[in-house]
Amino acid sequence: MVPCDKEIAIVMPGVEGFMYPNEVELQWSVLIVLYPFLTGLVAGAFILASLERVFQVQAVKPTYRLALLTALAFLLVAPLPLQLHLGHPERSYEMYLTPHRTSAMAMFGFVYLWYLMAVLLLEIWLDYRRDIVVLSRSTTGWKRLIYRVMTLGSSNINEHALAIDERVGWLVTLIGIPSAFLLHGYVGFIFGSVKANPWWSSPLMPVVFIFSAMVSGIALVMLIYMLVTWSRKETIDMRCVDTVASYLFYTFIIDFSLEMLDLIHRIYESDESFRSLDFMVHTKLYMSHIVVQIMLGTVAPILLLALTQILKLSEMARKRIYVLAGCLTLIGIFAMRWNVVIGGQLFSKSFLGYTTYKMGLITREGLLVAIVLMVLPFVILWVLVKLLPPWPEQSSGSLPDAARAH
Amino acid sequence: MNAFKDAGHLFRLAAVFVAGGMAFVGVRAFLVPKSFGQYGHYRGNAMAEIAARPVNFAGHQACEDCHADILEKKKSGKHVHVNCEACHGPLAKHADDPGSIQPAKLDTAVLCVRCHEANIAKPKTFPQVVSADHSSGLPCDTCHQPHSPAITAKETTGGKK
Amino acid sequence: MNITRRHMLVLLPAAAIAWKHVLAGTPEASPNYTMSEHWWGMLIDLPNCIGCGNCVRACQTENDVPDGYFRTWVERYHVTDYDIENPHVDSPDGGKKGFPPAKEAGGKNFFVPKLCNHCADSPCTQVCPVGATFISPDGVVLVDKTYCLGCRYCVQACPYGCRFIHPKTLTAEKCTLCYHRITKGLTTACCEACPTGARQLADLKNPNDPIHEFLKTHNVQILKPYMATHSKVLYNDLDGSVR
Repeated sequence: MVPCDKEIAIVMPGVEGFMYPNEVELQWSVLIVLYPFLTGLVAGAFILASLERVFQVQAVKPTYRLALLTALAFLLVAPLPLQLHLGHPERSYEMYLTPHRTSAMAMFGFVYLWYLMAVLLLEIWLDYRRDIVVLSRSTTGWKRLIYRVMTLGSSNINEHALAIDERVGWLVTLIGIPSAFLLHGYVGFIFGSVKANPWWSSPLMPVVFIFSAMVSGIALVMLIYMLVTWSRKETIDMRCVDTVASYLFYTFIIDFSLEMLDLIHRIYESDESFRSLDFMVHTKLYMSHIVVQIMLGTVAPILLLALTQILKLSEMARKRIYVLAGCLTLIGIFAMRWNVVIGGQLFSKSFLGYTTYKMGLITREGLLVAIVLMVLPFVILWVLVKLLPPWPEQSSGSLPDAARAH
Repeated sequence: MNAFKDAGHLFRLAAVFVAGGMAFVGVRAFLVPKSFGQYGHYRGNAMAEIAARPVNFAGHQACEDCHADILEKKKSGKHVHVNCEACHGPLAKHADDPGSIQPAKLDTAVLCVRCHEANIAKPKTFPQVVSADHSSGLPCDTCHQPHSPAITAKETTGGKK
Repeated sequence: MNITRRHMLVLLPAAAIAWKHVLAGTPEASPNYTMSEHWWGMLIDLPNCIGCGNCVRACQTENDVPDGYFRTWVERYHVTDYDIENPHVDSPDGGKKGFPPAKEAGGKNFFVPKLCNHCADSPCTQVCPVGATFISPDGVVLVDKTYCLGCRYCVQACPYGCRFIHPKTLTAEKCTLCYHRITKGLTTACCEACPTGARQLADLKNPNDPIHEFLKTHNVQILKPYMATHSKVLYNDLDGSVR
């Protein structure tokens, strides 16, 4: 029971109990919820791609290039919510010039740059290089110029060069796996290292973020693959999708276990913050945490996927379950980010009160901007898929068979 | 050698990276503020900039230089440690140029209750009254001289709630 | 020649600005002030606080603090006889206009002024990504508002809730311990305005400062000691119920 004396309580609209006067207004908005969601999708999509490249899981090969392009599309959008949130985005270059080495946030610029340039773009370039060179010869007009720039002036695609690409690409993916963990793990650390906030402060935070990122990324690529294949009127490779879904299931079990561990640990230790946080979860965060994140977003998809693992279901049934489970997963992981970021700011550090998040609709950090930023990566992905098709073309013959022995 | 020729594209890529790195170093040398890092990981000039802000409260020393007579009167009373601007407000401009600004006369009916209105959370030994009962609506300076508030008759004003 | 404080008051602001331009690269806060000779803190003598709100108003006037945000504020505590761990706390508009009569009778009641603790080991300066907030060599935690990005990480990291983002400059802001005053030999605006001596500036490096004797003879605590921030705002007679 948290002291919430109604007599003294409501002095300001939206505030119950007591809050330090400067705490009433939330500092980090829905855009800061969006940022870990987007980078999580990047990391998860990349890990799925690495399954094929490094761990030789042949079954998921049809999703390989699509996963890389998805990761790139989301990575390009990821800095935007941060820039829009800053009081002075025109000064954000300072993070590159004078990064404060004790600050996890200062790492952002360099980790992002490293991941974009030395991992993702490099891997995509190496994998697509042959196609890029071919396209630079076969297309015309401004498209030809784009491809020619991408070749960096080298048109060597003989067997030996491609073999070198293969080796280097494998190495890049290998380095890319810990890089992906770093890209999203540091976000978890940004929250997990704040000792002032007991909802955030936990060594588990980076780990939970990473595994929930993998869950969301795998679900996203699965959904995009099914959607794109269906829209192209091709047959969905069920062996591929079944394998991806099983990886989604296993990762989800780990993610769920970690979150349960955090919860059980909190309840058991019941430290000074517990009553205040418990009350918050049961009142202000009830819908987003209990209903959306846990019931709909974790337990339901796990049960649905478990069904497909245990029972022998028809292809149609499995496809429907995968789509449903995938959508619920993405909603659930978004809810998890919401509950961490917004939830962590709803309660007072005095543990005596709560405030309310007033999300603007058309403000710089409002709902409309969040929706646009969610849609934008799909637009970019569409452009990337047009520029660098992830599948062999049957009709035009301008792109030779992209299937190679990996 | 064949190996190097076939890896030509990788060398080109490496060259792009090196060029980018050098451009970064060059731009950085140009953009980082000169005093950065002087005392720590921050702009050394920031402290002087912050310290250059003008003051609004002159500080009681400044008042006492001119108003020694008031200081004398205060010395014998309970308000001896209450600084001038605690009641009279910020008067640095007046201290700089006494003629230019005439500080407003204060309304004791409003001023005194800020401290002396009875409240359960104030220290028990602190003089406080329920103003509605205490003075029948009269302003405080009817009986009390703010610079030396004790009434010359032997009654004190403390303790009543 | 007898340089009085009145002379200092006029000369030093001008001198400080001049110094900044003339000697770029070696700024001291003023010609007669050496940072390494000071280590600033504050003493809050709680038994003397009467919750008048003078400090909150003076701070707002001295530092142009926007309405609705607070560089300092006063909280009122009501601790019942049976539950010392769950006080009822209020701070109407930060205590700026004083406090209305209490709704509850009985129990233990007192005021607690709060401000930036100018922690020697501050979590807020630790998390700043660019070095816009820092602790000066004389112990004051400051914000360089020409360098701050407004990322709000420092606001999240402060355990005491003393930081906010200024609605106009969109940079982080908080109590500066009236750095522009203390470097000129004045005391802070809140200490100047406090009628009962509940707030007193303390220079821990000055052997003559009364704080040293005070610490030896009183029970003094800091807020949230388990956070290990090494706060330099010292509270005399701080009750265990204070959050």
